[in-house]
Amino acid sequence: MLATTASDRPTRAPDVVVVGAGIVGTACAFAAARAGLSVVVVEGGAIAGGTSGAGEGNLLVSDKLPGPELDLALLSARLWRDDLAPWLGPRLEYEAKGGLVVAPTSEAAAELGETTAAQRAAGVAVTDVAAADLPTIEPYLAPDLAGGAHYPADAQVQPIAATALLLREARTLGTRVLTGTRVTGLLRAGDRVTGARTPSGDLPAGAVVNAAGPWSGEVAALAGVDLPVRPRRGFVLVTAPLPHVVRHKVYTAAYVGDVVSDEAALQSSAVVEGTPAGTLLIGASRERVGFDRTPAVPVLRRLAAQAVGLFPVLAAIPVLRTYLGFRPCSPDHLPLLGPDPRAPGLLHATGHEGAGIGLAPATGALVAQLLTGEHPELDLHPFRPERFAA
Amino acid sequence: MTESFSFDGTVVTFRPGQTIGAALLATGTRSWRTTRRKGRLRGLFCGIGVCFDCLLTVDGTPDQRACMVEARDGMEVRTQQGVGRAGLAT
Repeated sequence: MLATTASDRPTRAPDVVVVGAGIVGTACAFAAARAGLSVVVVEGGAIAGGTSGAGEGNLLVSDKLPGPELDLALLSARLWRDDLAPWLGPRLEYEAKGGLVVAPTSEAAAELGETTAAQRAAGVAVTDVAAADLPTIEPYLAPDLAGGAHYPADAQVQPIAATALLLREARTLGTRVLTGTRVTGLLRAGDRVTGARTPSGDLPAGAVVNAAGPWSGEVAALAGVDLPVRPRRGFVLVTAPLPHVVRHKVYTAAYVGDVVSDEAALQSSAVVEGTPAGTLLIGASRERVGFDRTPAVPVLRRLAAQAVGLFPVLAAIPVLRTYLGFRPCSPDHLPLLGPDPRAPGLLHATGHEGAGIGLAPATGALVAQLLTGEHPELDLHPFRPERFAA
Repeated sequence: MTESFSFDGTVVTFRPGQTIGAALLATGTRSWRTTRRKGRLRGLFCGIGVCFDCLLTVDGTPDQRACMVEARDGMEVRTQQGVGRAGLAT
């Protein structure tokens, strides 16, 4: 049967329908199209209109402890640097600025030293920094810090540009994109998922990739599958444009603890970084409050105070605006990536929490390898989507 | 007695309650900042404190919104060229 939509009528059913035009869906579409597959991307809202447009665009290895997510991050960092950044050009605003993690106390510095030793053994480039050397790396840092670690491989992109540019390349390779089109159901043939249903028509496809970020649980539910991906809210403060005041992505060692914590209540630790536009971005808060978009002044105040604690010079710098987003968070903080045995034909690429921009290229490459029947270049067992099923 | 502030050295009078931006506009001044990269002129755009286009330097403090700061007698107001805090550059 031919697929029919109001906006466009393809000549044949695509190989794959990707649900979600955030960075992960876009990276999956791009990699699949590059592998020769025909792709349709279906997005309920706008391109990068969810989580992808609400972060800072970090490509981090520094906040990953040895394990499967670090492996994914290392592969992704390489793909961003060697493949996508040259391909997508200067509008990507790819900056290999490096990350600097700082420890406020000697206990935290000792703990950070243990982390960096383990990361180094796992292939991460990282240099321990003595307290006395911190000012040469970041001149405006608070003077009373106990030490730090420098990660030259941490980088940053403009996440909305990254998503749009990647999707443009996918389109050049033949991918069709339907924005403002919600997936309201999945087509089935027995257990098998054989396409997606939208208000503008059915889209039969060889496979469906669920890349709907914090909404991916809803898409999975359309197949009768439980996918425990929940939103974890975060705010970002944007300062007035500054000259080159903050050189790296700078954050406190407590941030890694916040990322892996299971607390529902507010957690925050200062994460400060510049952008090519001159503004500084200040994060990072984590709360489980559903999809509540209400501005939370106490959270913003706390982020600002923590940033000033790290960079006292910021006390006099105005904040222009703030924004918020929802990270797709899984119970064990690992992505859900791969085919769902409960619904053959359905693959998930979600649950990247706050690391989706960084992890997208490897995710896309792995999904494309699965779709074309190639052996995935990373072991996907730790990411299997059904691992939480009772 | 009329109240006034200085604007790049010239005297600008204002009525109590006016913002710096309103007082400048009343004198026919439409721009008081240049952009960081291309040196383009900027003045009031949204006029309600949202867009941060109308920045100027007030009594030595840069990045003040002309549309939000109430004019006070004796203020020293300056146009802002490029980044307001260029001196911080490392």
